[in-house]
Amino acid sequence: MIDRDQVLHVARLARLRLSDEEVERFQRELSTILDHIETINEIEGLDEVQPTSHVVEVENVLRPDEPRPSLPREKVLEEAPDVAEGGFRVPSPGAS
Amino acid sequence: MSADILSLTGAQAAERVRAGDLDAGELFAFYRERAAADDLNAFLWVADGPDGANSSGPLAGVPLAVKDLFCVEGVPSAAGSRILDGYRPPYTATAVRKLTEAGATVLGKTNQDEFAMGSSNENSGYGSVQNPWDRERVPGGSSGGSAAAVAAGLAPWAIGTDTGGSIRQPAALTGIVGLKPTYGAVSRYGMIAFASSLDQCGPLTRDVTDAALLFRHMVGRDPCDSTSLEFPEEVPLPSAERLDGVVFGVPPELTGEGVEPGVREVFERTTKLIEELGGKLEEVSLPHSRYGIAAYYVITPAEASANLARYDGVRFGPRAETDGDLTALYEQTREQGFGDEVKRRILIGTYALSSGYYDAYYGRAQRVRTKIADDFRAAFQKVDLLVTPTSPTVAFRLGEKTEDPLAMYLNDALTVSMPLAGIPAISIPGGLSDGLPVGIQLAGPAFSENRILDSAYALERAIGFEGVPVGV
Repeated sequence: MIDRDQVLHVARLARLRLSDEEVERFQRELSTILDHIETINEIEGLDEVQPTSHVVEVENVLRPDEPRPSLPREKVLEEAPDVAEGGFRVPSPGAS
Repeated sequence: MSADILSLTGAQAAERVRAGDLDAGELFAFYRERAAADDLNAFLWVADGPDGANSSGPLAGVPLAVKDLFCVEGVPSAAGSRILDGYRPPYTATAVRKLTEAGATVLGKTNQDEFAMGSSNENSGYGSVQNPWDRERVPGGSSGGSAAAVAAGLAPWAIGTDTGGSIRQPAALTGIVGLKPTYGAVSRYGMIAFASSLDQCGPLTRDVTDAALLFRHMVGRDPCDSTSLEFPEEVPLPSAERLDGVVFGVPPELTGEGVEPGVREVFERTTKLIEELGGKLEEVSLPHSRYGIAAYYVITPAEASANLARYDGVRFGPRAETDGDLTALYEQTREQGFGDEVKRRILIGTYALSSGYYDAYYGRAQRVRTKIADDFRAAFQKVDLLVTPTSPTVAFRLGEKTEDPLAMYLNDALTVSMPLAGIPAISIPGGLSDGLPVGIQLAGPAFSENRILDSAYALERAIGFEGVPVGV
């Protein structure tokens, strides 16, 4: 069970603005989903099991640290919604 | 001639072009016309011409439908999301690049559930897709557009991605073949990420030979994806006619409860065929697979919540109009750009990773994942491959499950365990139930694609599925 404040807290962490209708609906839906997820607590001795970090056995994957050309700046900026002085322009982080 | 072209598989079309019996330009124009006239909403974008096609390669210019989430330089690539509406990436995904270098030609981008989150294609930001077998039904998802396009003969073949069943389930629901490779077999570079520890791309095709042919040209290590690996062997075209000596495990957990009677009937017919072809059946248990959905819906939303943090209206995609500060810009862009299911998963994932809950959810789910992988390892000590239905039901009606997210999630019950364990699996058409296709799934240990393809090929011949509802 997840309450309204928890939904709002998580939405804030995720930078998602939700309408009142969405908060109510997601609270209900998330509670149902989390109830199902909690069935994993039926499994005994889970704490002794090693968590999976990677599914296929691979050693450390390293490459030589050599400089290489990256995409040209103009090409990367082409898709940006607002560009100024060769960078991404955004509103002030602390306008208020 | 047109009916003739339409009847050719991808491999047959490539063969004709190489033999000089079919012109690659004519082939492209034929499918371009069909894709442009698509009324299933399978395509989101169709190429004007065979740009930069290399019809001298082994794939001989044969057109390829590409799921929207593959980045293709200069081509709209939005992963089915409004938050990437109109985005044209400055680079091309390795899988697409390798296929075009081998001679395939990009025909168009196909519809999908937004960021591959869904099992019906109804979560697309660009509208749902109709199943060519019954237009009131879903084609499955998330690679629903790719599957519908191949099933309806709008494209000879396609690629998609599979995180919890997104290649296999739509292939099953549309009566085609879909292969989810071993994690790491194909580079993920340029695939717009959903859950990075599971995402894999693979082919959706009319038959097993086509799946093998595309897969052959997709595999290999890529310096741009450090999880990619060299495939340990050549990928020949499958040729097995018999299944002598192959032991197929039948896990009761993935073949019994929840599987509807019509699907079970086709499954039982298939296991009889396996025996007739000389294969052996043995019951094996996968006791933790029943927790697959629970683990999957912690791990993938958690990874997605991190992967989707990059969509903030700053570097690409549309930006919300705001007169507030930077945080308001992020929040409004994300509010407007993401659909319901994506928001739902971001919230679950953020919750599961948040302080105080990490161990209870994400940590435990990763332990369950180990148990699921151990079950498979134990099973493959006894059997060569596993056989199950791909989906517990045939294609359901549009709108039937959209109001109940958990019911939609449970649809993936037979397919989520394999990507959680990183192992490969294929879905092939097993027959019809009430006039709708039923998929049969074969799974094997990591890097057993050749064995899977060979067995699927023998089975495909024996089943003799007269599938593709071409021309509907």
